[in-house]
Amino acid sequence: MKSQGRLRAGDQPWIKWSLIGFALLLVVLLLVVPLVMIFSQAFSAGAATFWDNLTDEYTLHAIGLTLFVAALTVPINLVFGTFLAWLVTRFEFPGRKALITLIDIPFAVSPVVAGLLYLLLYGSNGWLGGWLMDRDVQLMFSWPGIVMVTVFVTCPFVARELIPLMQQQGREEEEAGVVLGASGWQLFRKITLPNIQWALLYGVVLTNARAVGEFGAVSVVSGNIRGQTNTLPLHVELLYQDYNAVGAFASASLLAGIALLTLLIKSAVEWRQARQMRPVSTQSDRTT
Amino acid sequence: MSITLEQIDKSFGAFKALQGIELDIPDGELIGLLGPSGSGKTTLLRIIAGLESADSGRILFHGEDVTRRHVRERRVGFVFQHYALFRHMTVAQNIAFGLDVLPRKQRPSAAEIRQRVGNLLEMVQLSHLADRFPAQLSGGQKQRIALARALAMQPQVLLLDEPFGALDARVRKDLRRWLRSLHDELNFTSVFVTHDQEEALELSDRVVVMSAGHIEQVDTPEALYAKPDSRFVFDFLGHVNVLQGSLVGNRLASGDAWVQFPEEPAAAGEAQLYLRPHEVRLQLSPVGHAHLPLQVEAINLIGAEVRLELRPCGWQCDTLWEVGITHAEYHSWQPRRGDRCFAVPDVGHLFVAGHTQPQTLYWG
Repeated sequence: MKSQGRLRAGDQPWIKWSLIGFALLLVVLLLVVPLVMIFSQAFSAGAATFWDNLTDEYTLHAIGLTLFVAALTVPINLVFGTFLAWLVTRFEFPGRKALITLIDIPFAVSPVVAGLLYLLLYGSNGWLGGWLMDRDVQLMFSWPGIVMVTVFVTCPFVARELIPLMQQQGREEEEAGVVLGASGWQLFRKITLPNIQWALLYGVVLTNARAVGEFGAVSVVSGNIRGQTNTLPLHVELLYQDYNAVGAFASASLLAGIALLTLLIKSAVEWRQARQMRPVSTQSDRTT
Repeated sequence: MSITLEQIDKSFGAFKALQGIELDIPDGELIGLLGPSGSGKTTLLRIIAGLESADSGRILFHGEDVTRRHVRERRVGFVFQHYALFRHMTVAQNIAFGLDVLPRKQRPSAAEIRQRVGNLLEMVQLSHLADRFPAQLSGGQKQRIALARALAMQPQVLLLDEPFGALDARVRKDLRRWLRSLHDELNFTSVFVTHDQEEALELSDRVVVMSAGHIEQVDTPEALYAKPDSRFVFDFLGHVNVLQGSLVGNRLASGDAWVQFPEEPAAAGEAQLYLRPHEVRLQLSPVGHAHLPLQVEAINLIGAEVRLELRPCGWQCDTLWEVGITHAEYHSWQPRRGDRCFAVPDVGHLFVAGHTQPQTLYWG
């Protein structure tokens, strides 16, 4: 919404300014101060210590594992989310509404519960896990398990971004394309994809942010083995429990840095998207 | 290319959208599918294009069965109701799309495509907009670009879904005339869908009137207006004045109103006499064959003739009667709101209960 710089009917100036002041105070107390604290704690023993903590063997491994998990999760959910959104917006079939609701399950379920479910199913005593164990496949307490729960937790982001947009755009353009002789792949590449590209990128940014920062579900299935199954968020907790506050905050500042970068990209994408959509004045406001 | 439809049926769940559609469209004809919303006209158009498949029946292009042929291979031009221009492509890219997606072997060279797009833009008189995006065009411009895009593939069949539905009245009239001349010049077979009777009658060689999934009547505009086959067509095309009453011998009466027919109708019972506005004259005194007292309710001076809306006096009618008089008649009579007069029919169409077809009767 465009800010009007005007008063809402019936409001006094002092109401407006005290509301704004209150909101700013909350933002500072709840968001800005903790963020500043992370960085000040990380550098409290000087830049050299900060650097030593970051280049610590286990920290480097945690960074590597976190990026590796994100690098697998994002493409999987990119393809899966696009396919799902395309399916529910382009076809009518029984259970379509139910499917749209099911997409949201990972949002509704607590990540810890999700982790436990996977442990129950794929752990060595689980239904599938036992069978896999007999064939020497171990999913839990190793990186495949971490990737699996991360995929689960982040799978709604791309689909949730695309579904409203694709519903609003309708299928007429694709029909026009097919009448003009385009093949299925040409339709996707030349018509569908360019129309959804910014929403898709937005979904990817959100997926990535969540994949990097996921704690609960990962903590259940990873086993927290230093140098093996320890991701960055888990590493922060381990360091803190070791009374290495500077080390914990150094790793935390890395996560905070990634979050800030994500916000920056997200704003840039939103700005692009708004620009692309401006001529279509009926574009509804985003809800996320 | 001629189009033949044989026994087309289509249902959406329990809703029967089309039932037993039979239609022959000769090569080069411009035909309009006319009907209220929900009558199945758009579904029929989409079935011809291949965007929707019929549950049963056959579709033939030039005598060749294309029922199972994919929309991609039917090579029809299709203009969508809301244009469906590709929003992320320029006007020129939109028009070139069909040529760009051809397999490499059939695709013309880039220079040739540019040439063809240039010609099409010239044809729709929008060469100056080649590099604009669809969002920057007006409705009428979008419509013309959509048409140019459909014609780029040189289709022999052009299908248009409510082509002028979203445009304002003036632009609509211009485009209508322009489409007619384009059709005559390029000589393809065109089918368009509309719910606007005036548009259908003005533009088409023949009109297909549809209601509730079946065809009511297929005829030239003149025949459709002068001799409708059914009440539905009568009601749907233009205004109609109705006298509803009981028919005894050759006399139809309702309250104070009655009409005496020159010959005895073939049936008797409850009946309705339908009269087009131009088939009725107004007089200040009744005549021997009709007594239809009316009271002037409203006078509309705009247009080639003066239109009077009239309320029945001493008898019942669901809608007001409408009769046109010339401006000269208006000036000599000088009618005022509330004035009394009598309607005198010259020609009438009598529907008797239990019969679907009307009997047309002439006085003197």
